[in-house]
Amino acid sequence: MKLAFTLAWRNLIGAGLRTWLNVIVLSFTFVIIIWLKGILSGWDQQAKNDMKDWEIAGGQWWHDAYDPFDPLSLESSHAVVPLDSIFTHQSNAVVPALMVQASIFPNGRMQQAILKGIPPHQTLFNLPSALLDTTVNGIPVVIGQTMAKNMGLSVGDLFTLRWRDRFGSFDAAEAEVVGVFYTNVPAVDQGLVYLDLAQLQRMTMFHNEATILSFREGFFPENQAVGWKPKTVKELTKQVDEMIKTKSAGQSVMYLVLLFLAMLAIFDTQVLSIFRRQREIGTYIALGYTRPQVVGLFTLEGSMHAVLAAIAGAFYGIPFLWWQARVGWTLPMDSSEFGMAMAPTLYPVYSIGLIASTVLLVLLTTTVVSYFPSRKIAKMNPTEALRGKLQ
Amino acid sequence: MFTTSQNEIIKIRMIEKELITIKNLVKSFPVGKDNFVALDNVSLEILSGEFTGLVGPSGSGKTTLLNILGSLDVPTSGEVIVNQHNIGRLSMREAAMLRRQQIGFIFQSYNLLAVHTVFENIEFPLLLLEIPAVKRKQMVMEALDWVGLTDKQHSKPPQLSGGQSQRVAIARAMVKKPSLVLADEPTANLDAANSHHILQTMQKLNNELGTTFVFATHDEKVIGYLHRKVFLFDGKVVKDEKISTPENEKP
Repeated sequence: MKLAFTLAWRNLIGAGLRTWLNVIVLSFTFVIIIWLKGILSGWDQQAKNDMKDWEIAGGQWWHDAYDPFDPLSLESSHAVVPLDSIFTHQSNAVVPALMVQASIFPNGRMQQAILKGIPPHQTLFNLPSALLDTTVNGIPVVIGQTMAKNMGLSVGDLFTLRWRDRFGSFDAAEAEVVGVFYTNVPAVDQGLVYLDLAQLQRMTMFHNEATILSFREGFFPENQAVGWKPKTVKELTKQVDEMIKTKSAGQSVMYLVLLFLAMLAIFDTQVLSIFRRQREIGTYIALGYTRPQVVGLFTLEGSMHAVLAAIAGAFYGIPFLWWQARVGWTLPMDSSEFGMAMAPTLYPVYSIGLIASTVLLVLLTTTVVSYFPSRKIAKMNPTEALRGKLQ
Repeated sequence: MFTTSQNEIIKIRMIEKELITIKNLVKSFPVGKDNFVALDNVSLEILSGEFTGLVGPSGSGKTTLLNILGSLDVPTSGEVIVNQHNIGRLSMREAAMLRRQQIGFIFQSYNLLAVHTVFENIEFPLLLLEIPAVKRKQMVMEALDWVGLTDKQHSKPPQLSGGQSQRVAIARAMVKKPSLVLADEPTANLDAANSHHILQTMQKLNNELGTTFVFATHDEKVIGYLHRKVFLFDGKVVKDEKISTPENEKP
């Protein structure tokens, strides 16, 4: 085996430019695959972190009737907060939120919205809820940037809110935008109007009631309460995982194209080698190599391209990947259209597993691609090969 | 010329006088629906230390016979024994081991490994024999010395002349001190001066090491150096002529 390595190394280095061109193409494959996978992994991490910071915290309890995909369920999805004294609002271990369907009339147009009441002094989420603790001309509300853009609203604007109380009676009041926030999490922004929880409870007469309870990380209760369904972080971020999985599958096409291009170069080199190096193959056999050993040598030569590519890729790839992890990759389009948590700049995250699996994948593929043309050697007649006769 | 330590090289020196025994050898190749008979009932014995040539025109079966002796090909029928190994019965691996340990090849077009240096080309057979690096280097340097190419050890084959390339090929064939060297038209691509130089080198090695040389040739220059000429025509031995010289009469 040592001899095969020595010979393969000498042959590769001796082949000069042909080897280095293949190695460079293959190293691009390494670096791009690791970068793309790093972006996905970074996106996954960032999306989950953003969701925790803005929407789900360390887990939630949902009212049994609550269905985020059915706005009509909001009518019945509220109940008195069932927690004992451990989870007081002051401890900030839990943040109750009440959600009510409403109509808003920005600039005279009627739009459907969800009113979400949260305690102004909560610190669980990044929402600028403290702005709600103010006195203005109408009910103080904060909205997300996308909502503000869609409704044509900005700070200081007044608009009419219309909602139904617990008895089904319509009521209306003026609301004033006291804050517009930016978030990467579309579910926190689109169609939501935030106001003081106590205010909303008074408006709807749902005293001390909530639709969702969000818990600080480490405070997610193990016991359950009747009428509430526990939702762990894992369950709540399942959608992100599925989206990443879908994106990952989509990106696999790109990996395949990249791998295909690199492998085409290796395959081409191998086929060319076997045609051009017939006499050399014959010489190896004449000097005492068996045909399977020559097949092994040529396969090793091919797969060593991947080893060299990993080394070459490390030279420029490590600085590039490190730089990308620092400055991130700014998306060339509006990420708010994606419908899931996505920052405008994604910071790739690379793990040892990611790098090792990519290297292994490329190495294995290169070996397989190198082996197939080399099998031809096993069928060669050494006496013809010695004369350089094409077989 | 050779030290005692060199004689420790892994090889099986024949004890018997006959290194090669060929009995009723037939080799045929399918050509379309017919068979082309390249060797027709050839019987021959070659003794250890002989400097023998298979002489004949193109298509007479010289190279085919050389390939069979070198275990690169097998007989269609008949028996070929090389250093007690029946070529027709060797497995692929056993044939490779025989070539690796006991046979050296010299080709018409040198067949040097182009991307390897002269040193590495000569070193190759020793790598196959797994000889330790220090000893390997010593043996390669000695082989380079035999052929007078010590100063070219770092050169690559494309940088060498035809004569130099063939001398490298001789050094590669001889470095492991095989019992048998098979040379297929070794001077065909060389001018007269280089041919004589090469042949003198081989003759010297034959004399000093006792290595058996079998040539396939139709070159008059080579024929002049031979101690035995086996004339082949249309796959048959038509004449077997031994030339009496002081060297081949030595015990």
